[in-house]
Amino acid sequence: MSQPDLSSLPTTAFEDVATLSARRSARWRPGLAVQQGKALHSEIFASSREGAGAGAALALALDDWRNTPRGEGQEAEDRRSVLWVQTHDAARLGGRPYRAGLPKDLQARVIHVLAEKAEDALFAMEEGLRCRELAFVIGEMSGNPKALDFTASRRLTLTAQKHGVPLFLLRVDAGRDLSSARMRWEVTSAPSNTAEWNAQAPGEPAWKAELFRARSHAPGEWLLAETGTRLTASKAREDADRAVANWTAGLQHRRMPRRA
Amino acid sequence: MNAPAAGLSPPQTRRILSIWLPAMAMDRWRQGASERREFDDKPLVLIADTAHGPRIEAANRAGAAAGARAGMMLADARTLCPQIVTAPYDPAGDLAFLEKLAVWAQRWGPWSAMDAPDGLLVDVTAVPHLFGGENGLVADVAQAFARRELTMRCAIAPTAGAAWALSHHAAPGSIIGGRGDEDIMRALSSLPVAALRLDQDVVTVLRRLGLKQLGELTTIGRDAIQRRFRNRKSPAANPLIRLDQLLGRVPEPLLPVVPQQMPLVQRRLLEPIRHRQLLDQVVEDLAEDMARELEGRGEGARRLELGLWRVDGEVTVRRLELAAATREAAHIVRLFAAKLDDIDAGFGIEMLRLRASWAEPLALEQGDIEAAAENHGIALSALVDRLTVRLGEGAVSRPVPFASHIPERAQRWHPPLEPESASQGQLAFHKRPLKMLDRAEKIAVLYATPDGYPQRFRWRGEVHEVTRVEGPERIAPEWWRERGATRLRDYYRIEDQRGRRYWIYRLGIVGDGRGGAPDWYLQGLCA
Repeated sequence: MSQPDLSSLPTTAFEDVATLSARRSARWRPGLAVQQGKALHSEIFASSREGAGAGAALALALDDWRNTPRGEGQEAEDRRSVLWVQTHDAARLGGRPYRAGLPKDLQARVIHVLAEKAEDALFAMEEGLRCRELAFVIGEMSGNPKALDFTASRRLTLTAQKHGVPLFLLRVDAGRDLSSARMRWEVTSAPSNTAEWNAQAPGEPAWKAELFRARSHAPGEWLLAETGTRLTASKAREDADRAVANWTAGLQHRRMPRRA
Repeated sequence: MNAPAAGLSPPQTRRILSIWLPAMAMDRWRQGASERREFDDKPLVLIADTAHGPRIEAANRAGAAAGARAGMMLADARTLCPQIVTAPYDPAGDLAFLEKLAVWAQRWGPWSAMDAPDGLLVDVTAVPHLFGGENGLVADVAQAFARRELTMRCAIAPTAGAAWALSHHAAPGSIIGGRGDEDIMRALSSLPVAALRLDQDVVTVLRRLGLKQLGELTTIGRDAIQRRFRNRKSPAANPLIRLDQLLGRVPEPLLPVVPQQMPLVQRRLLEPIRHRQLLDQVVEDLAEDMARELEGRGEGARRLELGLWRVDGEVTVRRLELAAATREAAHIVRLFAAKLDDIDAGFGIEMLRLRASWAEPLALEQGDIEAAAENHGIALSALVDRLTVRLGEGAVSRPVPFASHIPERAQRWHPPLEPESASQGQLAFHKRPLKMLDRAEKIAVLYATPDGYPQRFRWRGEVHEVTRVEGPERIAPEWWRERGATRLRDYYRIEDQRGRRYWIYRLGIVGDGRGGAPDWYLQGLCA
């Protein structure tokens, strides 16, 4: 990376710029946590009409969690719990986590917090980020509450950075307001791949995720899917997946125009 | 009956001291205040309220001389002696008093049990030589109770039953020795059958049969009594079981009284405090005292109660329940700080008392070094405590499976750090949604009756076209829980035109005779 003609510059400044630009140019891809560490503060915007937000948040969190190299002196298997904070509104609109539907790894470890107000949810998330016995924190808040301003999100970022516990904040039906989150996603559902045994059935979940703001990555749009325990991201939409053989009478298969 | 084999003598005969306090309620009332002694020679009764009016529970000597008896209605006693004085009877207080007395009675033996309502049993095996023999022990007991001004009769025997019989129905201070049951039977044969600790109706039956003394029970043969009294469950209803217990042929387990002291620390303040800052300081001091106290006992607190005594006599109590045993002073202070916001100090608080009403064993461990806590964050139990204090009881929970087919019932919310009970695993082909709505929402669905696939539905004001569907997964109502008219559910996993995945069900089916056209509900959102 270093170039001879720039050697007159102070080394520190030069290195900073070089690493920064190198990082910027690095596109986001699954399994990036191996090199860069976990994404500590992400926001995921989603609609309350679908489970895509929570599904994608869990998939991203699990992707980071599985790909983070285990440090020395740490247990080989991470048995820490997961904190899932919901405000009352978010729980009413989008439902509460259902144990049997959670990923296998998480079923026995979810600790759920139901907060009356947005302030309480922020308090719970911040306390959760301070806890060394949590793998990650998932927050779910609906709308744009006054309490969740830039200062509050900055507080969350700093706490997450200090203690190294990632936060995935799910913004349900929210506008893209000011925030200090390191990665901000907009997630909607995407038609799933063909199920393995039944071509007619919904397959493994897929999401259309748009990374619209990131500190160390270029923005982009991906189709995320989870195959087994691995998160995959593909750029192009494969039309073959959508061309499901319509072999059952009574079911019409429609080709919907791609959403903007 | 399995009597011990002949020829094998028991290794060490037990010695049980039975103490009976025939007038405990009255003695306790008399000692309650010094002016109550003035009533010693006036007729006085303790009364309890019943559905038929006040009833006499205990009477003093003058009252008994005037004709009042326990169990008599007060109105009847008043006709015999109009100037009778009454006082309320306090059974709960008597029981607490007896409990304290049982702990106190451990001065005569390492192990004592309550014999409610008015007796004590003390195991004095291998103890009497410390008092100069069993006579010396009995004399010591008599002296100690006389000093406390409690009427008492006591006896020593090899079994609890025999000791009880002697203390209640023989001369005070009687002692029987001997090893075998013949020795005991010989010593007790002249006592009345009531000495067997039987229910009143059983005693009445025995009296009607003409069996008045213990010795007479053995004369008519075991089989006859066994045929007559068939209740084997309650020893108090069966003379044979009681007789065997009295003779030591069957064991009689007794529940010992184990004194337990709650860790308690308190501060009396010279100057009543009225400001929050000082209050916090005192609470901090108390928490440190409590941490030391708990550390000395090797325990951690699960529930703490902080009592604040105000100058004007008002007491405020703040309770705190912890997710895991802890004795960390800083943590306790922090949790109480949130609970002390609405304290009204009035003219000042003059005493604070912190009590750990529930403590669990907690091994000593190396404490956090100051910097370590700062860097590594807090423990999970501390997090749960903080969240529970701020968000309220039940806000922090964990989903646990429950044995049920109905999806919303198959999950329950439990406190987060409780160990999870064993449960059957989920079947792999039962795909469940990631999130479940609190209450299934009704949707309007276009489908081919009676049991076709859903093709289009409207939920929260928007129309969804179904493109993919899997189902039905039929879940029948749980007849052992629900009413007979509950309808079955057919669950479908569906995906709409934009790839949104849902879990919906049809409640009932046309023609099941349990209502009209079936309704559809949306219950879960899939990932």
